[in-house]
Order: sequence, then C-alpha cells, then structure tokens
Amino acid sequence: MGFLDALLGRSKPAKADLDALFAISQAALTLQAGMDLQPTGVGAVCYRANEGAAFATAQSDLQQLLDADGGPAVEKVEDAFGFTWLVCRQPADALGDLVTELHAVNQTLQDNGFGPSLLCSVVGFATGRPGDGDDRWVGLVYLYKRGTFYPFAPVPGGAERRDNALELQVRGAVGADLRIEPELHRWLALWGTPALS
Amino acid sequence: MASTRFRNDRGLTARMGLTGFLLVALYLGFMAVLIAVLDVAAPIIVVLALGLGWAQWYFSDTIAMKAMRAREVTPEQAPELHGVVDRLCALADMPKPRVAVADTDIPNAFATGRTPNHSVVCVTTGLLRRLDGEEVEGVIGHELAHVAHRDVSIMTVASTLGVIAGLIMRWGLYFGGGGRDRNSAAVFLFVWLASIAVYLLSFLLTRALSRYRELSADRAAAYLTGRPSSLASALTKISGDMARIPTRDLRRTEPVSAFLFAPSLNKKSLTALFSTHPTLEQRLEQLARVSSDLGRPV
Repeated sequence: MGFLDALLGRSKPAKADLDALFAISQAALTLQAGMDLQPTGVGAVCYRANEGAAFATAQSDLQQLLDADGGPAVEKVEDAFGFTWLVCRQPADALGDLVTELHAVNQTLQDNGFGPSLLCSVVGFATGRPGDGDDRWVGLVYLYKRGTFYPFAPVPGGAERRDNALELQVRGAVGADLRIEPELHRWLALWGTPALS
Repeated sequence: MASTRFRNDRGLTARMGLTGFLLVALYLGFMAVLIAVLDVAAPIIVVLALGLGWAQWYFSDTIAMKAMRAREVTPEQAPELHGVVDRLCALADMPKPRVAVADTDIPNAFATGRTPNHSVVCVTTGLLRRLDGEEVEGVIGHELAHVAHRDVSIMTVASTLGVIAGLIMRWGLYFGGGGRDRNSAAVFLFVWLASIAVYLLSFLLTRALSRYRELSADRAAAYLTGRPSSLASALTKISGDMARIPTRDLRRTEPVSAFLFAPSLNKKSLTALFSTHPTLEQRLEQLARVSSDLGRPV
C-alpha cells in the first residue's frame, strides 16, 4: 500500500495471483521421485464466502460446472473460521486434471469479482500407499495473495502439531520448482483441512 | 470483467483529504506566526511537544496495553483468536500483529503500534463473551484496517501539533506575563489568542479526521471479511451495551478511546462534532451500502 493510500485510509483488497498454481504439477514429479510422496488426488480451494446473492449464484454455478464432467462430485465444507473449502477429487495419477479443476474454481470467483476473497489452495500428498498405517500427509499450500507455496504437514493423530522436519524437507525438495514463501510466520496452519483426509 | 468488487468511496477520500489539508495549513500558519513573533520561548515549547508526541507514538503499543491492562496471548493460549487473525492477515496480505486480550467486561477492541510490524491488536474479554465468531472477526478486520492505514501514526501527527497550541494556550501567559514593556505584553497576548483559536480548530479537525478514518476502517473490514452485516451486528451489540456501562469505568478508560473500536464515551452532551467516532447510524448505513455492492451481479 502506497503512502498516499495510507494517508487517505483507502487500502484496496489484495489481488489474487492465479497462474502460479500450475507449477504444482512439476513439483509433484520432484516429490514423487525424491521423497516418495504421492499425490492423493484430493485438492481444495479455500475462500471466504461473501454475503449476498451474487456470491451464492457464482458458487452454485461453479459447483454445477465442476460436476458436469461426470467425475466425483465436488464437496463444499465450511470450517470453524467461517471459510469455505471446495474439495475436488480426481484419480491420484491425474494431478493435471485436479489442478485444472482448482484453477477453474479460482478463475470463476475472480471473474465474478471475488478474487480478493481467495485464501489458499491445498493439494494433498502422502507417503507410500494411502491407508497402510504409517502414512504421512503433506499439503502443498498455495497462498493466492503472496503467489507463493509452502508445505503443511500435520502430525497424524488429531493433535494440532506440525511435522516441521518433514515440511522443511519438502521445502528443500521443491525449492527449485515452486516459489516458496520465504517468511516462515506466513506458513499458515490449516488444521482439519478437508484436502488432507 | 471485474477483477474486484471493491469501490473507492471518493466522497470519503475527498473529505479526509480536505481535513488533512486544513490541518496542515493551520499548523503551517501557526508555526509561521510563532517564528515571526516569538524568539526564545517558542522553540522550547515546540521541541517539548514534538518530543512528547514522538514518545507517545514510539511507545504507543506499550502505553495502550498498560492503560487497558492488556496481556499478550500466545497461539497456545488463544488458538481461536490467533486463527482468526492469521487468516485475515493472509487474506489481506499483511504482516501479523501481536494479539492481546484485556481482562475487562467492557466490550471493545483496539489496535496500536507505531508501524504494522510493531502493532498489537487487542480485544477485551467482554467483547469475546458477547459476540459470536463472525462478529469478532468483523471487529478484528476493523482493527487490522487501522494497522494497515497506519492510523496511530497519522492521528499522533495530527494531534501532536494541536498539543503544541494547547501548551502555549495554557502556559503562554506565564512566559509572557512578566513583560517589561507594553509592546511585548501585546505580542504575547496576540500569540495566546492565536493559540486558543488554533487549538479549537485543530481539535475539531482532528476529531473529524478520526471519524473519517473509522469509516475507512469499517469499509476495509467489510470488504476483507466479505460480511459487512456481521460487522454491523457487532457494532449494534457493542453500542447497545455501551450505554449501560457505569460511569466510573468509563472515565478510567477515556484516555485511550481514540484507538478503540467503539468509543466508550456516551455522555449526552457530547455532540457528533466533538466525537472521535461516527454515529452508529452512519456506520451501519455505510456497511449496508457495501453489502448491496457485494450482492450485486457484475
């Protein structure tokens, strides 16, 4: 925000940067090869549902659009903070389709003038085969306002603890493919995100 | 294709700009008079007042926290509150301020600190008890907007120069009282009268500026959370409660009321012109306008 904007008290809502999301496909290859982390095929966009008819219309149009492809239905989850998660599911080996779906979500919201309400996107990864006991989950989180990524790895078991070692390991692995958020305090904790379940 | 629904309120920006311009013009004129007429006393007073203003600005977070008996809370102590602040900061792309809670039943919130990186957002336990999650979020959005707009810095600068005029008004007669000749006594009388005029004018202008900045913060918060109606409902709840609060507590919290979310002054004699905050009706009306802007198809 510029000096004049501060002086006149007119901060503008931060703009969302949409296109960097596609870089996640390349990062997924690196994670598969380097750390045995496989995409789970689940991803979600988290946004702030605005009040009013315009947002409700945009949201239901969006759900219809995404469900028209015959794949698994997108799921709408509201979290404890009043943010909405639109969860998309695709086969684990079709990461490209998943990212395209996530992009369709944020593009639709942006086109309807709700770009500033986009918080983040999460694409799920897990070690080994999902469900074989000691699987570890990592979400690659994309922050729309910063245009950067960071890993979020909750320790399995429900306690609100992060596996920082795994997160830093992932940061090291995908550092060349993605723009990683340099300020660690902006690595927002997303407890209970439906993208990692 | 609209990339954002945000609309500037040109009227508000213009009024704020005009108020700021008048303040600056007033102070420049006053300084010119001081420099032209006085020789020794004026610089001392000005340096004193500027030093005072600087300290007030630099230590604003500590002072306000002490005055409100607020304590900083860690994410472990107040996970929900931190969660709300975290998300709103990520949404607004701003650094996260420290989070504090004041243990008082008066429902209120304030933001203070010299720069966004040294800021504290504080809510009272009374506020957390009365408002639901979305309303608290609206209030925090309002305080974050104060941080983003650097309201502490701007209001400190705006009011410090008024303090200079106030100091001369109060002490000027002592400096000039022992005038040895008629001429210097007349000069001091002139400066004293000018100081009174500047003080009164700057008081009104500073208050107007504060009201405009409150409206700006409401507006920014409404766009940030996307729920102007939650903020409106928080305002109604708090203002309703405000009227029933005993006077003794009110007086104790008065000094910091410039940074508060809703003024804790409810004296009947206080007219809208002297108030630091816009009326509830004005604030609700603006939020209703934002709400209809958000609901309109693009």
